[in-house]
Amino acid sequence: MAAYDVIFVGGGPAGYTGAIRAGQLGLNVACVEFRGSLGGTCLNVGCIPSKALLQSSEFFHHAQHKSAEHGIKYQKVEFDVAQMMKRKDGIVSSLTKGIEGLFKKNKVTYIKGKGTFVNANTIKVATMDGSVEEHTAKSFVISTGSTPIELKAIAPFDGKDIVSSTEALCFEKVPEHLVVIGAGVIGLEMGSVWLRLGSKVTVIEALDRVLPPMDAAVSAEMKKILEKQGMEFMLSTKLTKAEKSGKKVKVTAERDGKPVTIDCDKVLVAVGRRAYTDGLGLEAVGLAPRKDGKLDVNHHYQTAVANIFAVGDVIDGPMLAHKADEEGVAVAEIIAGKPGHVNYEAIPNVVYTWPEVASVGMNEEEAKAKGLNYKTGKVPFMANGRARAFGETDGFVKIIADAKTDRIIGAHIIGPNASELIAELVIGVEFSASAEDIGRSSHAHPTLAEVMKEAALAVDKRSLNF
Amino acid sequence: MFKVSREVIDTMAVDVKMPNVGESVQEGVIHKWRFKSGDFVNRDDVLVELETDKATVEVVAESSGAIEIIKKQGETVAIGEVMARIDTSATAPAGGAKPAAAPAPSAVPITPPAPPTVTAAPPAPPPVTQASSMPLSPAVRRMTEEHGISPGSVHGTGKDGRITKGDVIAHMEGGAPATAPSPAPAMMRASVPAGVRTERREQMSLLRRRIAERLVHAQETAAILTTFNEIDMSNVMKIRNDYKDKFKEKYGVGLGFMSFFIKAAVEALKTYPAVNGWIDGNDIVYHDFYDIGVAVSSNRGLVVPVIKDADHLSMAELEMAVGDYGKRARDGKLSVDEMTGGTFTVSNGGVFGSLMSTPILNPPQSAILGMHKIQERPVVVNGEIVIRPMMYVALSYDHRIIDGKESVSFLVKIKELVEDPTRLLVGV
Ligand SMILES: Cc1cc2nc3c(=O)[nH]c(=O)nc-3n(C[C@H](O)[C@H](O)[C@H](O)COP(=O)(O)OP(=O)(O)OC[C@H]3O[C@@H](n4cnc5c(N)ncnc54)[C@H](O)[C@@H]3O)c2cc1C
Repeated sequence: MAAYDVIFVGGGPAGYTGAIRAGQLGLNVACVEFRGSLGGTCLNVGCIPSKALLQSSEFFHHAQHKSAEHGIKYQKVEFDVAQMMKRKDGIVSSLTKGIEGLFKKNKVTYIKGKGTFVNANTIKVATMDGSVEEHTAKSFVISTGSTPIELKAIAPFDGKDIVSSTEALCFEKVPEHLVVIGAGVIGLEMGSVWLRLGSKVTVIEALDRVLPPMDAAVSAEMKKILEKQGMEFMLSTKLTKAEKSGKKVKVTAERDGKPVTIDCDKVLVAVGRRAYTDGLGLEAVGLAPRKDGKLDVNHHYQTAVANIFAVGDVIDGPMLAHKADEEGVAVAEIIAGKPGHVNYEAIPNVVYTWPEVASVGMNEEEAKAKGLNYKTGKVPFMANGRARAFGETDGFVKIIADAKTDRIIGAHIIGPNASELIAELVIGVEFSASAEDIGRSSHAHPTLAEVMKEAALAVDKRSLNF
Repeated sequence: MFKVSREVIDTMAVDVKMPNVGESVQEGVIHKWRFKSGDFVNRDDVLVELETDKATVEVVAESSGAIEIIKKQGETVAIGEVMARIDTSATAPAGGAKPAAAPAPSAVPITPPAPPTVTAAPPAPPPVTQASSMPLSPAVRRMTEEHGISPGSVHGTGKDGRITKGDVIAHMEGGAPATAPSPAPAMMRASVPAGVRTERREQMSLLRRRIAERLVHAQETAAILTTFNEIDMSNVMKIRNDYKDKFKEKYGVGLGFMSFFIKAAVEALKTYPAVNGWIDGNDIVYHDFYDIGVAVSSNRGLVVPVIKDADHLSMAELEMAVGDYGKRARDGKLSVDEMTGGTFTVSNGGVFGSLMSTPILNPPQSAILGMHKIQERPVVVNGEIVIRPMMYVALSYDHRIIDGKESVSFLVKIKELVEDPTRLLVGV
């Protein structure tokens, strides 16, 4: 007899949320995690610590560059990296402890150690204290997440100067010159942190734009704004080598077939993440990851082995914490015999630079490529009273709607608090709202959200305040 | 951005409500407002035309003032529901009020029977119409109100069956609903010359919908059979020729065929009472009065005004009633009362040239007489082929209460009376 109804392997957003939901549904559930704390990448070395540092560094940046406009003058503005890190670590540990509390509350057994499949009903866990125990379950959910991609051949991680995001969240002092490989979300966020604290930041990107998955208009605006803040971009540039040379790191790249070299202090390789199944013993149950490391699942998150499921970063879809936890909940419900469902069209995507970027649904290029007939409405924050009062007028809201049905098929925000603003449009997409629905809903005045209403009205070319 | 706080306006507001127009009428559809919001209306101005399943009804203003229209054209309103408000504190503009459309000449306005409710201000915001229990999104609310679409009739493809704006658009185009969850793909179309294969959809009027329902209902419940006969119209035509001028001179109406048929029908009904009765549950209701419905066409569909107590009316009175009903049916001015009741119906398909047809019962009635076109045909009379003006007649009847023998005899009786109208006089 299997001891558990279900065991989640991996305690990140996918695993811990799914385990809690399974507990709520009355299943006998356990969660295996070998990191030493729950919350996975997101809480320990991802979303949360990065946001803590982004907030601290933005406050410093504001004091330095933006407060004078408000008539606020500081004699001397200083920062203390150690205190920033301490604050960040405090947030992380209180949140991860919080999950342990939630586990108790929802009767989830927390098994500390690395899990390896023995067979489709048994997992062996090498516990933290060195012992090995076996646990059986009717079902398993693989929620082992992802890990930074390492460019082993040209820029192997050394844990100190050529690093991943994990280390870039813990630099003890501000690097003089930081080179970021990859102009994606993590690259721009971490680049922003150190730029604000005084680093010279150079971003090398192989493609010809920043934030490749975002709407082209947003990408262009983002680059312009970050350049204004002092970030340097080398687009259409391919890294060829990063290696220690004395105290410095020598970075060589290729642009238009010509080599470029940069001497810097640190290199952050942020070229993406790969699904992580190392040491999981997939071969013992007859599963193999795809070439890109991901596991294939059906729409019930079932792998080729019927009682083994997989959710989160380890399967297809955007590598996002909220996507992972939606899937965790859905898979728990499916295992409990209920209909679990994730609406992939209504998953927001946020970049926490300043201004922030947020989107949901399709971007204009995708709409075009699909041959959709669409209309767009785009309104800048400059026209908004609250943005003016805030002193943050960079950016715009762009809404893309079906030309015929007016249904919102995509929304893109670059601007102050975009991360919070997008929620309204996510609900809209979730409920198949038309642009007119947003345009006819009352928005408090003055708020940044009014720009979304105006953009919705602009879809029909009838914005009132722009 | 500049915002004004809503001023509290102290007004005397008089509600304009959907009047109670007849016992069987529950609701109406706003056919046309003669004014628009903000217009000044004078007491007794016709404000709005309502279409019910029975008749078109006009509602007049009970007070003068500025009108605020709450229910738009095409919306359905229940009895007593507020359709508009008149702000009686408004003063008439110089030069008087201009109605949006000139009132039709012979209007028969129905004044709401209920006394006007005068509410002390401030007026409540206009109520949100919600025909379906699920709240509507703002755009869907706007579109359904604007186009008079009942949300219940729209197929919702949104989350949990909610109606999206695209669904309303699809509904209006009559096409398939926009499919969820993926946005409607661009329409791939072979190039068709514009205007060649279009189709048009219009919402059925309440009247048309009711006619449709009743016809189907009749077909489903009654055991309808039709019996035919033919009538030699020579004598009637001779009488008409002989007296038409005198008749016209005296009564101001032409002497038509209808009066002969109605007279004949009344006599036949007296002889065969079941034809004038109907089924009510397990009972048969016999009527000892003769209310004859006369089917007339109007541009809104077939309507059947009823000539009450036809047995007491002279030929002239019958012709006058038929003429008056016909005209008012075309103008949409028949009242609900005039179209209710009826124990038997006469329908003249002949005016459109029909040679033969099987009329459908007008429930709960049990029989209907169909008249047709008069056509000169060779017939054999006393062993000789002669040319006579002939008319086929049909009697559709509910076999549940009328036997074959009765129905055939009934029609033969009509035939005899019309072929020899002296019988009507003599009473044989
Ligand atoms: C710097 C950074 C910033 C980010 N910021 C955001 C953000 O702002 N918003 C956002 O939505 N996403 C963000 N992400 C992405 C987000 O962290 C991931 O999408 C999310 O954590 C995925 O959740 P998961 O549960 O699938 O995997 P993970 O969070 O990676 O969790 C997997 C867990 O499984 C454990 N594990 C693996 N194998 C085993 C095993 N065999 N036995 C036991 N345990 C095992 C791992 O230790 C890990 O804790 C960020 C990521 C990074 C790196």
